[in-house]
Amino acid sequence: MKTLEQINELRIKKRIELDLRVNQVTGGEIHILVCHGTGCTSSKSPQIIENLRSLIKEQNIQNVRVIQTGCFGLCAKGPIVVIRPQDIFYSNVTPDDCKEIIETHIKGGKIVERLLCKDTDGTLVKRLDDLSFYKKQKRIALQNCGKIDPENIDEYIAFDGYKALEKVLFQMKEEEVIQEITDSGLRGRGGAGFPTGKKWEFTRQAKSDQKYVVCNADEGDPGAFMDRSILEGDPHSVIEAMEIAGYAIGANKGYIYVRAEYPIAVERFQKAIDQAREYGILGKKIWGTRFNFDIEIRLGAGAFVCGEETALLESIEGRSGRPRLKPPFPANVGLWQKPTLINNVETYANITKIILNGAKWYSEIGTETSKGTKVFALGGNVVNTGLVEVPMGTTLREIIYDIGGGIPNGREFKAAQTGGPSGGCIPKEHLDIKIDYESLSSIGSMMGSGGLIVMDDTKCMVNLAKFYLGFTVDESCGKCTPCRIGTKRLYEILDRITQGEGSEDDLKKLEDLSQNIKSSSVCGLGQSAPNPVISTIKYFKEEYIEHVKDKKCKTGECKALADIQIDPEKCKGCGLCKRNCPVEAIEGEVKQPHEIDKSKCIKCGTCIAKCPFHAIG
Amino acid sequence: MECKNCQKDQELEEILQIYKQDKDNLIQILNDVQEHYGYIPTSAQMRISEYLSIPFAEVYGVVTFYSRFTLKPKGKYNIAVCLGTACYVKGSEKILDRLKERLKISPGETTEDGKFSIEETRCIGACGLAPVFTINRRSLW
Repeated sequence: MKTLEQINELRIKKRIELDLRVNQVTGGEIHILVCHGTGCTSSKSPQIIENLRSLIKEQNIQNVRVIQTGCFGLCAKGPIVVIRPQDIFYSNVTPDDCKEIIETHIKGGKIVERLLCKDTDGTLVKRLDDLSFYKKQKRIALQNCGKIDPENIDEYIAFDGYKALEKVLFQMKEEEVIQEITDSGLRGRGGAGFPTGKKWEFTRQAKSDQKYVVCNADEGDPGAFMDRSILEGDPHSVIEAMEIAGYAIGANKGYIYVRAEYPIAVERFQKAIDQAREYGILGKKIWGTRFNFDIEIRLGAGAFVCGEETALLESIEGRSGRPRLKPPFPANVGLWQKPTLINNVETYANITKIILNGAKWYSEIGTETSKGTKVFALGGNVVNTGLVEVPMGTTLREIIYDIGGGIPNGREFKAAQTGGPSGGCIPKEHLDIKIDYESLSSIGSMMGSGGLIVMDDTKCMVNLAKFYLGFTVDESCGKCTPCRIGTKRLYEILDRITQGEGSEDDLKKLEDLSQNIKSSSVCGLGQSAPNPVISTIKYFKEEYIEHVKDKKCKTGECKALADIQIDPEKCKGCGLCKRNCPVEAIEGEVKQPHEIDKSKCIKCGTCIAKCPFHAIG
Repeated sequence: MECKNCQKDQELEEILQIYKQDKDNLIQILNDVQEHYGYIPTSAQMRISEYLSIPFAEVYGVVTFYSRFTLKPKGKYNIAVCLGTACYVKGSEKILDRLKERLKISPGETTEDGKFSIEETRCIGACGLAPVFTINRRSLW
């Protein structure tokens, strides 16, 4: 147990000790920060941490610490190791590199050049801040990820941790807290973008003997890992925010619903809860006030629909996740029928920063209607796959090209998908769209939770729509007919089209069915399920027409329609296709145009992917 | 209730003892049982139904609603291929097809010798490394 005074003293002491994490302090310690997010963990970063620590111990090296941190964001170049205070950024580090890092850098004072990261223009970059990946980012929700050890509450406290809670409990009335959040313009980051302050106010207004604060950490959208990274890299920021919310709305109990597929996040968050309890920051009469608050974890069990807030509540109550009809909304009738505030992880991750820096500061970032920043999980056919946080209003082109490094393998951008299976695709013509809630919905897409999948010209948009519908059909809870049956019919039509059995009439059916399902489904899953179909038809109609009229799939992804041919004018006879063909269906002499034997071709598309001259299609 | 395998029942009792006899704890208990046994045996479902005073049909309903709970045991090496969008775009379906070919089983099935099972998994959130699959929950890419 620590008193408030003890925590404040600890903060001052620890901040001095850790100043080198953020400033170029000379003559003191060296900290080797190693990413311990899920991505880098799968690439052996725990072994890197162990090796570095062993070498330091064996050689009795003084004043050097190895710290595990949360995600730095540049997952494509992981495992990442950053040496502070110089801010040297090492990428693609392996456990075997540890010896050289210790000998050459730590003991020898020289940078290990071969481990430096190559920027998108090919230059070697030494410092994290100089990488073009980071230049246009503004890390607010991800502020502490990569800076602190998420399993050490003292490090969180050092960087203003639990200072916002102190301000709220001792200097602000409940209404003032809510006013601050409202004035900031923060909107729900789970996808719907509902004004956060309004939601808090509704829940505060509800009269009840018991209220709850819930954090939605289900993150079901495939391709999204923003919430996972926040929970793994900075769990206390969510705990502190939930407590602030509890104070503001009059709740003394919180639940975080985490998908079971995130074991590291669950473990880290539980550790953080235990440490907060140990310090008396969670529990009864916090810091001598009348405020009590505690948090428990509830695991999901693999149902996408449980990301929908009322389905989530059903799941916490031990039932199948079938959404409830709204109204009444959870603010009035929620968990165990009590008023419940439900917010997404990223929404919570913004709260302490707003309380400490002020609503005005936050509202000056972003656009007219969408304030602050948004975390995106950049994936698919893009060079710098990973986690990025940008001010609202940043263009898609900036994210994909300036930050993301563009499209690899010499291919062309075709579309970007935001919002996962509930979202729409964004074609080339909208690359310069300034990303915010309204601009994305105006072009038929949506912000979504933050998954941003980039697709190049080898991707078939009809097949993509079918992929998303396949997911939705599986995940539909079955409660309402439009979703349960409607999505299945959409999938069946798309499947027929990709098998070469579609007709132009099917396109009309897809459009009509989509509108029906959208307008009559009970919950957001059904209401948004047709979006990938609607947006791909809107922007790629000629591709659909090629599938149904000409029975052709130019990308070769729809195997039944693929008519893969080598363009003799582009073919240089390098033989790469021939060597890689799994069924030896390609013939040709060196430096002569090659040819595919259609009777042997299984339309796997390997030759298309391998051809460096894009001569096969 | 007759104890066909007393040691197994004892393990189940140890899991149940952690939780109050509250209906809300159903999914927590099922997660622990799935983790421990690799599936949810019918006998376990019946005992849980008794412990929490929930009809067996309702327990079965919840088990079959959530994709993490399985009714059949998985293989010694359970290979879960991520079919999340980022992995899909990077070709994870081809990985799945190759596994199906080599092991001669479909997703959701286990090889006859009990060594391997395949499943399609929802996004595990390691999209920066796509395509990804896990073996007994350790990621490979």
